[in-house]
Formats: sequence, structure tokens, C-alpha cells
Amino acid sequence: MHNFAYHRPETLSEAREIFAGAADPLFLAGGQTLIPTLKQRLRQPSDVIDLARIADLRGISIGKESITIGAMTCHADVTASADVRRLIPALGHLAGEVGDPAVRSCGTLGGALANSDPAADYPAAVLALGATIHTPDRTIADDFFTGLFETALAPGELIVKVSFPIPKRAAYQKFRNPASRYAVVGVCVAETASGIRVGVTGAGACAFRQAEMEAALSASFTPEAITGIAISEEDLNSDLHATAAYRAHLIGVMAARAVSAIA
Amino acid sequence: MRSSIHAENASRTAYLPSSNPGPWAYAQGDALSLVELVEISLTVNGTAHTLEVEPRTLLVDVLREKLRLTGTHVGCDTSQCGVCTVHVAGRPVKACAMLAVQADGEDIATIEGVAKDGVLHPMQAAFREHHALQCGFCTPGMIMTALALVERTKDAPLTDAIVRKELEGNFCRCTGYQPIVAAVLAGAKAMGSDA
Ligand SMILES: Cc1cc2nc3c(=O)[nH]c(=O)nc-3n(C[C@H](O)[C@H](O)[C@H](O)COP(=O)(O)OP(=O)(O)OC[C@H]3O[C@@H](n4cnc5c(N)ncnc54)[C@H](O)[C@@H]3O)c2cc1C
Ligand code: FES
Ligand code: FES
Repeated sequence: MHNFAYHRPETLSEAREIFAGAADPLFLAGGQTLIPTLKQRLRQPSDVIDLARIADLRGISIGKESITIGAMTCHADVTASADVRRLIPALGHLAGEVGDPAVRSCGTLGGALANSDPAADYPAAVLALGATIHTPDRTIADDFFTGLFETALAPGELIVKVSFPIPKRAAYQKFRNPASRYAVVGVCVAETASGIRVGVTGAGACAFRQAEMEAALSASFTPEAITGIAISEEDLNSDLHATAAYRAHLIGVMAARAVSAIA
Repeated sequence: MRSSIHAENASRTAYLPSSNPGPWAYAQGDALSLVELVEISLTVNGTAHTLEVEPRTLLVDVLREKLRLTGTHVGCDTSQCGVCTVHVAGRPVKACAMLAVQADGEDIATIEGVAKDGVLHPMQAAFREHHALQCGFCTPGMIMTALALVERTKDAPLTDAIVRKELEGNFCRCTGYQPIVAAVLAGAKAMGSDA
């Protein structure tokens, strides 16, 4: 790991100021992706800005229609939250399926979303629940995930918090890579105020919604309604863990399991 | 101070071949700007320490190289194997995936603090009783993860399935895991958990 200057601001404005004044800065959240990246010298920032001491980025608050989670809230806190478990059990379950206990102690919601790893779990829930991502100056609802490790965030733009509308029902099912625990394919199915939404992760360059399944489930919320849908393997990921065809098949299987869990 | 940095880097290269072996710490960039050492305070197993570290120094390196607490091991150095697991503020953390500066001000527990007055902790005793180690390389991380899981799951009965899920981030290359799972269940019981 190359060296860098380390900063630990206590306010958002301080963090943004340091970012603006540095040559090649990076924000540090839980470090579960960033520290391995620095070790491999895939990134060599001049300045690392640790977000851990910014109180505004932490915590879970319950609204009438949504749960809002601070970007620096770790996966362990989300899965342990009785409020999350009661109001959006699928989200509490999902956070408890990320990595292992040590990864969940450190890894954060904001870091997981900003990273847009194709195999990350949270993006499926963000899309299926219709979550809104709050940055200091704007909110991003749709189209947050734009590609492989790419998001709609501008350089230096921070995720402050994410609000998840409370769905009527939702479930997340994941086919885990047994070694890394990341999703080979993960599907989140939700019945929300704006209809049925299906978010898929692990399969493509970034998480996406599956419109055909959403339409079929709107007509009949049963696993049978989607078992006949042929998913194209075009644009899906192929790697040593799974071919595109296998991932296409898994989307159907995971979606049907998610529907069965709540139908 | 400089010579101690040199010593630290020299010894690190033994198992971190990718780390910068040079004695001087430069930030990336065109100017040769010297990166400042950062003063941090850690409480490790109840003892307070104040140290100066480079921002890039990993927590595991401070524990092993500066405090000579070599019970915390380094296996993969890529966040996979869990042998470097310690507790930071009561939670399990892979010390190879946390910068020492991130742990500034925190309470840290390592395997060295688990036995009290020369008497094995019930979890350690259960590992011995159940032959849950052969080479022992994974054992410090297993024990630290096990202690955290007993604490976190103490409100519900502990099952074989829960133990297996909670140990997913800890690899063992010797035992085949069966005796480790048995030991964790027995250790939890001995600790008074509802196993
Ligand atoms: C062994 C292992 C297993 C894992 N398994 C899984 C898994 O099964 N499923 C899964 O989803 N994930 C998994 N992860 C990833 C983990 O969940 C982390 O959440 C993820 O790595 C990033 O979160 P972080 O808080 O650690 O972010 P960091 O690593 O600190 O940061 C990641 C990136 O996001 C940026 N960033 C961080 N916070 C913000 C913010 N608030 N605003 C803007 N940018 C920000 C950083 O600058 C950096 O570029 C695993 C990781 C490991 C090491
Ligand atoms: S050495 Fe830290 S996880 Fe393997
Ligand atoms: S006892 Fe040898 S690795 Fe676990």
C-alpha cells in the first residue's frame, strides 16, 4: 500500500472541503473494499478521508412510510435493528447475508452502494424497494447504478443516507458464492405502493430491474407466474463461477423462491 | 523514530511483499511530500498505548510488530481467512482490513487477553477438550469470532446451523470444522449461554 495523508473530519462540510482541496482524494467508509484495493495498489490516493466520525452519516430512523438509514451504518447494525426486522424484514435478512460477521461489523450501506459491485446485495433491495439515495445536494431515486462499479454519483459526491419505503411485502433470495459469500445472483421482489418491483444483482454489470417478471407478478403474485419467463443471457456476466446462461437460469429460480417466501 | 519505521517496514516485507520496503514514506504525487506520522491511542486488552503510525499501517501490523502481540495471525492478507480477527469496540474485525488510524481511541481485544491469570477461558478449554485445533494457526481467529458470536446470539438458543453461518469468515485447513463447531457449542454452554 502506498502512503497517503489521512483525515478524519467530524462534519460533512469539512469532509467536502478536504476533498475539494486534495490532489487525488478518496472517501473511506468501512474499508472492506477500499483497503484491499489500496493493498493491491489498484488505487493510490493522495488523501484518504475517513467518514467514521461524521455523526450525520449514522443511524436508523423510522418514518411513517419509510426507514432511513445513514450511509455509515454498518451491515451488522441493519441486520440487528428490531425496527428494520419488523418493518422491512427482507432488508434485515439481506444485511445479515452480506459476507461474514467481521465484514458486517465494518462494511457500510453507503460504501456498498457507492461501490456498485456487480455481486453486492444491497443494490437489489434499493431497486426493488424503490429506495431514494440522498446526497448533500440532491436525491437520486432511479438510475443510481449506471454500470460496472459505476454510479450516478459525481466525483466527491457523498451518500448521506438512503430511505427505503416500507413495502407491503418483500423478500430477498441469494445464490451465494460459497467462497466469497457475494451473490452469484440475488433477487429482491417487493410489493410496493407503486406496484411490484423486481431487483436483480450479481447477474449483470450492475443491478437492474426485471420488467417482464414485474408485469407477470402484477397479474398473479405466484411463483408459477414467472417460471415460464425465459431470461436472455445476453449482457449477463460470465466468469469462472457461473456462465451467463447459468446466471439467467438462477434469476428465475431466485425470483421464484423470493415470491414463494411471501406469496 | 525513523529507524523504527525502517525496522517495521523491513520486517513487514517478510510476509507483505507488496508493501513499500523503503524507509521513507512518500505520498503519491509529483512532489516528494513526506507523509506525517499520526499519533493514535489504543487500549489493547485493557492496557492503554499511544503510538505513532503511518496512515497506511494496518491494525494487525501494529498489534504484531509494535506491540508484539503475535497471537493475532496473518494468513491470507486479503480479508478472506479470518485468522487476524480481533475485537474492536466489542465487534469482530479482520485486523488485516482495518488501518490502525481507524482504530484510534478504540478498545481492542486480542487472543492474548482471553485467558485470565493463566486459566484458559471456557471457550479455549472447549477447543482443547474437543480437539478443535491441529496446527492451531486458525485458532486465535476462531476463538475471537466464537466469543463475539456467543455475545451476539445470547438471546436465542445457539444451534449448529448458527455456529456454521457465523464462522463463515474463518477458514481452517486442518480440522474439517466438525470439532470446531462442537467446541463452540460446548464453549458457549460453559459460558452460560442458552446452547
Ligand atoms: C470477505 C468479504 C466478503 C464480502 N461479501 C459481500 C457480500 O456477500 N455481499 C455484499 O454485498 N458485499 C460483500 N462484501 C463487501 C462489503 O459488504 C462492503 O460493504 C463493501 O465492501 C463496501 O463497503 P465499505 O463500507 O467497506 O466501503 P469502503 O470499502 O470504505 O468504500 C468503498 C467505496 O465506496 C466509496 N464510499 C464509501 N462510502 C461512501 C459514501 N458514503 N458516499 C460516497 N462514496 C462512498 C469509497 O470511496 C470507496 O470507493 C464483502 C467484503 C469482503 C471483504
Ligand atoms: S489475514 Fe486477515 S482475513 Fe486472512
Ligand atoms: S487447526 Fe490448522 S488451520 Fe485450523
